[in-house]
Amino acid sequence: MEGLISLAVKAIFVENLALSFFLGMCTFIAVSKKISTAIGLGISVMIVQAITVPANNLILTYLLSPGALSWAGFSDVDLTFLGLISYIGVIAALVQILEMVLDKYFPPLYNALGVFLPLITVNCAILGGSLFMVERDYNFAEAATYGVSSGFGWALAITAMAGVREKLKYSDIPDGLQGLGITFITAGLMAMAFMSFSGVKL
Amino acid sequence: MAQTKREMLVDPLVDNNPITLQVLGICSALAVTSSLQVAFVMSLAVTFVTAFSSMFISIIRNQIPGSIRIIVQMVVIASLVILVDQILKAYAFEISKTLSVFVGLIITNCIVMGRAEAFAMKNGPVASFIDGVGNGLGYGLILMLVGFVRELFGAGSLFGITILETVNNGGWYNPNGMLLLPPSAFFIIGLIIWAFRAWKPEQVEEREYKIQTVEAH
Repeated sequence: MEGLISLAVKAIFVENLALSFFLGMCTFIAVSKKISTAIGLGISVMIVQAITVPANNLILTYLLSPGALSWAGFSDVDLTFLGLISYIGVIAALVQILEMVLDKYFPPLYNALGVFLPLITVNCAILGGSLFMVERDYNFAEAATYGVSSGFGWALAITAMAGVREKLKYSDIPDGLQGLGITFITAGLMAMAFMSFSGVKL
Repeated sequence: MAQTKREMLVDPLVDNNPITLQVLGICSALAVTSSLQVAFVMSLAVTFVTAFSSMFISIIRNQIPGSIRIIVQMVVIASLVILVDQILKAYAFEISKTLSVFVGLIITNCIVMGRAEAFAMKNGPVASFIDGVGNGLGYGLILMLVGFVRELFGAGSLFGITILETVNNGGWYNPNGMLLLPPSAFFIIGLIIWAFRAWKPEQVEEREYKIQTVEAH
């Protein structure tokens, strides 16, 4: 249990997907102009991340890893090279299913998140989360914790960024830096602030 | 066709750069640029994937039903990325270790999807291939610029060859360790955007709010 908590804290602050691995940057920069939309997108990413990382963990353990197919009589088959294509398939399918479920049972939530859901399929943070899970050999419990907390970390980062940008638009910025340029520099300063968490050990 | 092939190749380098203007593919641009060699391999990989995925998608564009085109594009791109991943693991294992998950993340690199969707679905295979190469090179250009600055001033070397002898090795150059850390990439890209826009003022974005000076009476 302690291990899981420290994993969660690490995934939220120290190894924040957006600010220390630069994942999901395209949406991070593009959809961070208003706090309300940023929170909506952040929550959707968190939900999708919490479902896809454990789901991909199951697929890896029971279908792809070497010897995983022994129950079907193929004890020496190693399908790990199919990893990338199956993870992205799972993500695309899950996002689609989530969209349909939300539409049917939670229409207000669907209306709030609707526009962001298709975007999430191509959000690097989601695929990145699954790939980190594979690279670090997480088991199922760790994968579930990592999914939720890394999604939360991403949501936290984009909300903070939107907060800064809402104030920033009133400032007098040199012409060339206007818009994209200053956004990058702001993100850099935030990433530096998040680096100060790296000394935290639990 | 409005653009000549030459324009298609040169245009994405500065005038319509995928990173500084279209805001695509930033995700991986930042993380892999701490050394020039890694940035170089990454640029090659992305150029390869963008060029060939655009070409293949363009070849089959008339057969793809509109409703499932995203999934079809994904499959084409993912297959090419697996190819790159396996080649890197076989012939450049060290570099593939440093790149870690970022090779896999080429799949969700917005440049690849963006070009497939915006250009390859409407144009012929040859044009799409050239457009893919151009955008890959535009991405590579920024990557190499950032990698150049970070490795030269952060570690005093280029492609792993020492240029500025560092203090630790008895030289005179005191390396700026900050440049090897992730946040520096944000600053460098921000400054590159500034430089590009100072050079090409038509890329400057409109202000949302005009700052007005009130005249004193």
